[in-house]
Amino acid sequence: MIPLYIAQFGIVLAVFGLLLVAAAIMVYSERKLAAAIQQRYGPYLVGPKGALQPIADVIKLIFKETLRPKGADRILFMLAPIISATAAFTAFAVVPFGAETDLFGLIDHKISLQVADVNVAVLVLFAVTSVSIYGIVLAGWSSNSKYSLLGALRSASQMISYELSYGLSLASVLVIANSLSLTDVVNAQSGNWLGFIPRWFVFLQPLGFLIFMIAGVAETNRAPFDLPEAEQELVAGYHTEYSSTPFMMFFLAEYINMVTAAAVATDLFLGGWHGPWLPEYLGWIWFLVKIGAILFFYIWMRWTLPRLRYDQLMTFGWKVLLPLAALNLIVTAAGVIYFAN
Amino acid sequence: MPTELLVFYLFAAVAVAASLRVVLGRNAMHSVLLLIVSFAALAGLYITLDSPFAAVIQIIIYAGAIMVLFLFVVMLLNAHKEEDYVTSGAPAMKKPLYMGAVLAVVLAAELVWALVRTGGAQDGMLAGGAAPDAAAIGSVRELGRLLFTDYAFAFEVTSILIIVAMVGAVVLAKREL
Repeated sequence: MIPLYIAQFGIVLAVFGLLLVAAAIMVYSERKLAAAIQQRYGPYLVGPKGALQPIADVIKLIFKETLRPKGADRILFMLAPIISATAAFTAFAVVPFGAETDLFGLIDHKISLQVADVNVAVLVLFAVTSVSIYGIVLAGWSSNSKYSLLGALRSASQMISYELSYGLSLASVLVIANSLSLTDVVNAQSGNWLGFIPRWFVFLQPLGFLIFMIAGVAETNRAPFDLPEAEQELVAGYHTEYSSTPFMMFFLAEYINMVTAAAVATDLFLGGWHGPWLPEYLGWIWFLVKIGAILFFYIWMRWTLPRLRYDQLMTFGWKVLLPLAALNLIVTAAGVIYFAN
Repeated sequence: MPTELLVFYLFAAVAVAASLRVVLGRNAMHSVLLLIVSFAALAGLYITLDSPFAAVIQIIIYAGAIMVLFLFVVMLLNAHKEEDYVTSGAPAMKKPLYMGAVLAVVLAAELVWALVRTGGAQDGMLAGGAAPDAAAIGSVRELGRLLFTDYAFAFEVTSILIIVAMVGAVVLAKREL
């Protein structure tokens, strides 16, 4: 028997480590898949099939010189990547990734597989996301460079615009699940309809799921919504002036944000760790499979679709996605009241 | 000293120190960020009051939405040095200073009045009005129920006020619609 607090601490460390590993895997699979889509080889020199390429990248980045442009705000320039990376890690803290477990009998009572079981988890997620905007905005402003500033402005306005649809599509799931806790939302999706259709909310909320995924892509600044980093116009957007470790932290934050977005989508719409065949204490395997599928879809989309124009992005966000999300929420709420009676 | 009190003093100290730096600092950009720190410390205080919902909403609304707008304005006007402006003694600077002084005095008077008014009650601030039970503050469901029943009028009036402000801002910004 190990004490509870050590188990909790172990979970925290495990989540931290796994997120780092996940980011490395994401970088590798992104490059390999991109290569496959574009009929190239991709990385193949370092390690078997180039699998150690992310590690080589990290070493290369660490040993580069940390540059700071003249006229940059010294404190904020260094603070920005720290905010980005911290927010990315913090967001995952409230995401549950497995059923309650006693860690194969190691501890005497069950704990849930997540860092912090907060009863307003979904709102915490929002709060952290909204704070992460500062990392990007400050990076753009403190660099004292026009490209960075423009990239940051685009990024911030895009994230704020799509956060609304993101929130509304998510609210409709919360209305059905009748809770703000992600663990409750996942548990509301256990079991089957008619014995074979899993009770995932994606079947109740197909439109909500679609809006959530689209807004999620925009929130993580990924193609086809990667306007903040449109190379042809803005060099590299908000992190143009960054090099070495600070750049790496932005890079890391971007990939971890993707993993978090996929994890949240899994918990909200795809039934979290619930799935057939496997016993509940191995539910995290289902969780990983579902996250992997969503992340594959993200990468696939990035290397298939062209980038939108900026005005198209804003028009789509405000005039299509937001009204649809609001309508979806109203219909859902009406449905919940109708079927409750 | 109980942990709760210690945590309170920690967050309170952060909030006060950050707020002071907001007012006294000369760099507008740093002031905006320190204001966010102050809001975050307030959110921490809400958590010690067993109200995680209010804490998270505080971060989402203030840090996430309102301060981003502040940041945009400061960034785009590039007003990150006000040094010359204040010390120049330009007459244009006098009026806002007087206005600020008057407002500060009014605020201080209000604070003193509020403290004197509630100071007599045993249970602190909440004893002034009809105190909702602790569960009502903690649970989102209860909070929503109260907001749409007992406080529905205040809620609706506030929303109308915000819409009026929004329409006013649009009209002012766009002279020709």
